[in-house]
Amino acid sequence: MTPLVSAAPSLADVLTAAGTIPAPKVDYFAVSPLLVVFAAAIVGVMVEAFVPRESRFRIQVGVAVLGLVAGAALVGAVAVDGRVLQTAGSAGAAIGGIVGAVVVDKPALFLQGSILVLSLLSVLTMAERTVESGGPFTPQASAVPGSPAESLARRAGLVQSEVFPLLMFSVGGMMLFPAANDLLTMFIALEVFSLPLYLMCGLARRRRLLSQEASLKYFLLGAFSSAFFLYGTALLYGFAGSVRLFDIAQAISGDSGPVGKDPLLLLGIALLAVGLLFKVGAAPFHIWTPDVYQGAPTPVTGFMAACTKIAAFGALLRVSYVALPGARWDWTPALWGVAILTMVVGAVIAIVQTDVKRMLAYSSIAHAGFILTGILAYSRSGVSSVLFYLLAYGFSTVGAFALVTLVRDAGDGDAVGGEATHLSQWAGLGRRSPLLAGLFTLFLLAFAGIPLTSGFIGKYAVFSAAVAGGGWVLALVGVLASAVAAFFYLRVVVLMYFSEPSGPTTVVATPGVPVVVAVSVAAFATLLLGVFPTVVLDLTQGASAFLP
Amino acid sequence: MTPLIAEGTRATAEAASGTLQTGAWLLVGLPLLGAAVLLLGGRRTNAWGHWLAVALSWASFVWGALLFLDLRGLDAEQRVRNLHLFDWVPAGDKTTGFNVAAGLQLDPLSVAFVLLVTFVGSLILVYSVAYMEHDPDRRRFFAYLNLFVASMLLLVLADNYLLLYVGWEGVGLASYLLIGFWNHNPAYAAASKKAFIANRVGDLGLSIAIMLMFAGFGTVSFADVLPNADKASEGLLTAIGLMLLLGACGKSAQFPLQSWLGDAMAGPTPVSALIHAATMVTAGVYLVVRSGPIFEGAPTAQLVVVIVGAVTLVFGAVVGCAKDDIKKALAASTMSQIGYMMLAAGLGPIGYYFAIFHLLTHGFFKAGMFLGAGSVMHGMNDSVDMRRFGGLSTAMVTTYATFGLGWLAILGIPPFSGFWSKDGIIETAFATGEGWRPWVFGLTAMLGAAVTAFYMSRLFFMTFRGRKRWPEEAHPHESPALMTVPMIVLSVGSAALGFLLWSGSRFEHWLEPVTGGGVEGEPVIPKYLLMAITVALVLGGAFFAWSRYGSAAATVPQEAPRGSLLTRAARRDLYQDDVNEALLMRPGQYLTRSLVFVDNRGVDGVVRGVAAGIGGIAGRLRRWQTGFVRSYATSMLAGVLVVALGILAVRV
Repeated sequence: MTPLVSAAPSLADVLTAAGTIPAPKVDYFAVSPLLVVFAAAIVGVMVEAFVPRESRFRIQVGVAVLGLVAGAALVGAVAVDGRVLQTAGSAGAAIGGIVGAVVVDKPALFLQGSILVLSLLSVLTMAERTVESGGPFTPQASAVPGSPAESLARRAGLVQSEVFPLLMFSVGGMMLFPAANDLLTMFIALEVFSLPLYLMCGLARRRRLLSQEASLKYFLLGAFSSAFFLYGTALLYGFAGSVRLFDIAQAISGDSGPVGKDPLLLLGIALLAVGLLFKVGAAPFHIWTPDVYQGAPTPVTGFMAACTKIAAFGALLRVSYVALPGARWDWTPALWGVAILTMVVGAVIAIVQTDVKRMLAYSSIAHAGFILTGILAYSRSGVSSVLFYLLAYGFSTVGAFALVTLVRDAGDGDAVGGEATHLSQWAGLGRRSPLLAGLFTLFLLAFAGIPLTSGFIGKYAVFSAAVAGGGWVLALVGVLASAVAAFFYLRVVVLMYFSEPSGPTTVVATPGVPVVVAVSVAAFATLLLGVFPTVVLDLTQGASAFLP
Repeated sequence: MTPLIAEGTRATAEAASGTLQTGAWLLVGLPLLGAAVLLLGGRRTNAWGHWLAVALSWASFVWGALLFLDLRGLDAEQRVRNLHLFDWVPAGDKTTGFNVAAGLQLDPLSVAFVLLVTFVGSLILVYSVAYMEHDPDRRRFFAYLNLFVASMLLLVLADNYLLLYVGWEGVGLASYLLIGFWNHNPAYAAASKKAFIANRVGDLGLSIAIMLMFAGFGTVSFADVLPNADKASEGLLTAIGLMLLLGACGKSAQFPLQSWLGDAMAGPTPVSALIHAATMVTAGVYLVVRSGPIFEGAPTAQLVVVIVGAVTLVFGAVVGCAKDDIKKALAASTMSQIGYMMLAAGLGPIGYYFAIFHLLTHGFFKAGMFLGAGSVMHGMNDSVDMRRFGGLSTAMVTTYATFGLGWLAILGIPPFSGFWSKDGIIETAFATGEGWRPWVFGLTAMLGAAVTAFYMSRLFFMTFRGRKRWPEEAHPHESPALMTVPMIVLSVGSAALGFLLWSGSRFEHWLEPVTGGGVEGEPVIPKYLLMAITVALVLGGAFFAWSRYGSAAATVPQEAPRGSLLTRAARRDLYQDDVNEALLMRPGQYLTRSLVFVDNRGVDGVVRGVAAGIGGIAGRLRRWQTGFVRSYATSMLAGVLVVALGILAVRV
C-alpha cells in the first residue's frame, strides 16, 4: 500500500513543508472499498504461496468474489452514509478519502460500483472450467509456446491461478483511478491497473503466440502513453506549482495566475490527454485496441473492454471537470476532433473486419467516441449520460465476450477446440443454438442502440447532452456513425439467422453455472436499462457533481 | 373544458350507475370472448362453437334490452350516461397533453344501435347455424361474426372518437375477413381486398378528422368536443366535417367510395345481411348523426352530406334496375337506402331522427330480404341469377311471404315499416332549406322512391312470380326452421316496427337527448299531397315492374338482352370500376413503378454508393493496422503532435 500513503499529501505540500512529511489524514470508511479489494489481492498472493495446488483455483475464485462483493457492499454503504459526500470543500479541505490525494465523491462511488459489479461478472467468466478443463488460461505462462514444458504443464493439469490476484490488483487500481484527486495519485493508479492487465493479456490458453504478442504490444504502447501522461503531469506542475486538480483549476482561472506559462499549460493538457485517451482507446491512440482485444484471453478482453473504459473515462471526466474547466476553450476543439475521428474510425473500419473479437474491438473504439461526445457537453447531464453509458456498455460487453468464449471449433472427439472467432464460422448459428444467437443478438442490438435496449438510452442520453451543450455537430456525426455501425452489427445477426451453416466445424459449448449467471445478469441488465432506465438514470443524475 | 349545453336541449352526461350500466362493457366483452374462444380453441370447439357464439350474442342482446328498459325508466335528461373504463392514452400533461380515457357512452342513440345490432345479429347467427351447416369452416365463420358484433358494439358505444375508431377498424377487419371467407376463390379474395382498400381511403379521412379534432379542441371525447363545437371556427368544423364524411362514405359505400359494396356480396349471405345491409354499412350514418353539432356548425359540409346522399340514392337505384344477380340488386338497393339516410342526416336535427328511424326499419326489412335471398339460394343450388328463378312463390311459401313483407316495407306502402321512415325523409327533404334546395332534394328523394319501387318489384317478381325459368336439375324447397324462423321474426319487424316507433312520436322523443330534437318544418308541397304523390309514384313503379316481369303475359328472357345504353352502363355499375381504374389505379401503378425506379436507381444507388465508399475507406484505413509496434508507436506520436499542435493552434 505504499503508493497510496506516499502520494497522500500533494507534492506541493511536501515541498513547502521544507522536508517534513505531515501524516496523511485518512477517512478509512470512505476508502474502505479500495482497501478491501487490495486486501483481497494480497490474500490472493498469499494463497498462491501457501495453499496446495489442487485447491488453489477454487479458493482464488472465492477470495476474488468475496473481495468484490464486499467492496461493492462497502461502496453501497459509503454512498448511503452520505457523510463524506455532503462536505463539499475547496482545495482539498475536509472531503472523504485521503485528504488531498483521493476524493470519494458521488461520481467516484458510482464508477467504483460499476467497476466492481462488472468485475464480478468478469471473474465469473474467467472461472469457467466446464467448456475446457483448464479454463481459458494457459497452464503455465512461463513455458515457451509449443515446447515440451508446455505440454508437460498441460498434462499435469496446472492452472495459472495467479490471474485472480492480478485481476484484483487491477480492479483496485481502476477504482482508485477516477477517485484520484491529484495527477501523481492518478498516475500511480494508472500503473497499478495497467501492469496486471498487460500480464493477463498474455495468458491465453490457445494461440499463445498471438496472446503474448498482444501482451507485449499493449505493454510497450502502454508504457509509451504513460510517459506522455507523466510528462504532461510535469508540465502542469510547472504551470501551476501543484499536481492537485483543484490547484491547477485555480491556477488556470485565477487572476494572479502564472503569466507567460501558457505553453506549459497547453502542452501539459495535450500530453495528459494523450495518456488518458490511450486508455479509453480513442483515435488516433486506439491502434493497440484490435490487436490486444483479439490476442488477449476472451474473458480478459471482456473485463478490459468494460472496466478499463469505465476507469479511464472516469479519470478523464474528473480531469476535465475539476482541473481543466477554465481552459476548456483551449482544449475542447482538439477533443472534438478526437471524438469525431474516433467515431468515424471505429465505425468504418469495423465494417471490413472478419474476426468477431476484432469487430467488437472496433465497436468499442466507436463507443469511446460516442462517450466522448457526452464528456464534451460540459454539463451535469453530460456527466450523467457518460456514467449511464459506461455501465450500460459494460454489461453488454461482458456478456458479448462471454458468449464469444462459447462458440468453438469442433475438436477431436468430445473435446472442444479453440474459439471460432472468424465470422464465417458464426453462420447459421441461430438454427443450431437459438439461445446463444438470441442473446448475442440482444447484445448486438444494444451496441447498435436499438430501442428497448440499454444502448439506445445511453446513446440518446449522450447525444442529447451533446446537443444541449452546443455540440450538435458531434451528435450528427455520432448518429451517422451509429448508422454505419448498425450495418456491421446487423450483418452478424443476418449471418447467424439467415445464412447456411458453415458445416459441422463450429460447435457451441455448454457453459457452466458461472458463465450462465454472468451472461444472464448481463442480458437482464441490458434489457432492464433499456426498458426501465429511470432507476439508473436517477442514480447517475444524482451522481453527476464532482467535488473539487 | 366544461361542456357547454346548448339551451338545455342536450342532456349532460352523468356517470353510469347500477349494475346494468357499469356492466355495459359486457355488451362488447361477451361476443369478443366468443370470438377469442372460437379462434384460440381451434378444432376442439368445432362441435359446440357456433352455439356458444349464438348464446353469447343473445346474452349481449338481453343485457342491451335490460339496459334499454333501465334507461327508459329515467328522466329524458338523465339518459346520457358515461362509463369510464380505464385511462387509455395518458400522454403528457393533464390539460395540454393528449389524454384519452376508454369509456362507453350509454345514451338513446347508442342503445338503439345496440338493440338493432344484437337483435338482428343474433337472429342472423341462428340462421347461419343452418345456412353454414355443411361448411367445413363454420367455427371460423362464427368467430368472425362474433368479432364483428363486438366491434360494431364498441363502435356505437365508444364515448370518444378514438375508441370509435377502434371499433370502426374492427368492423372493417371483420368485413374483410368475411367477404373473403371463401378466399380459395380468387375473385372473392379480390373482392375482400377491394372492400378493404376502399375502406382505407375512408378511414384515412376519419383519422384526419380525429387529428384535426385534437388539434382544434385538444380532446377527442364526445362530451368535450360536441358541446363546444359552436365555439370553433367554421373553417375547422368544415374540414372536420368533410373528413368525417369521407370516413362515412367509405364505410357506408356512399358516392364516390361506393364501388366495393357490390363485390362484397362475395361473402356468405348471412354476412351480406348483417354486415353489408343491416349494420356495418350504416356506421357512416351513425358517425354523421353522432357528430351532428359539428355539421350544424359547418353548413357547407352539411350540404355536401346531403348531396352525397342524393347522388348515392339515385346511383344505387339506377344500378339496382339493371342487376340480374339477386344479391347485387339488393346491394345496390342498400346503397340507395343508405343514400336516403345520409341525405336525411344532412338535414339537421329532425333529419337525424328520420335517418336513424330509417336505419332501424331498413335494418329489419333489408336483413329479412337478404335472408330470404339466402333461402332462395339455399333452395336453388346457390344460384343467384334472377333470370333463372321465377315462380318460386309456390315452392317456398314462407320465404315468399317474409320476403313479400320486406318488399312492401322497402317500397314504402303504408302501413309497413318503410313507409313511416322513408316518407318522413322525403317530407323533411321538401321542408328543409330555402330556394332550390327543397325542390332539388325533395324531388330526388321522391323520384328515388319511384325507381326503388320499380327495381325492388322487378326483383321480387322475377324471383317469385312469373313463369318458372329454373333448370331441370333444380329442386326448389323451403329452408329448415332454423332459417325460416329468423326470417319470420324479421318480417314481423318489417311490417310493424315502423308504426310502433312512429306512433305517438315515441322514437322521436327517445332520441331527443342526443339529436336535440328539431321542429319539423312545413314542406313546400302540402304534407298530405306529398304523401299521396309519393304513394302513387311507388304504386306506378311497382305496376310497371309487374307488367314487365310479374304478369302471366310477361316474358323474361333467360339470357339478358343487350339493353339500352343506360342499362348496359348500370349493369357495369355506371362504370365505377372503370373510372376508378382510369383515375386512380393506372396513375397509381405508374406512380409506384416510377417510384420503384427512382428507389432502385436513385435511392439505392446513393445508399450502395455510400456503402461502397465507406467500404473503400475502411479498406484503406485498415492498412494503418500493420501489426508492427514500431509503426503503432509512430502513429501515436503523430497523433500526439496533432493534438498538441491543435491545442496550441487554438490559442494562436
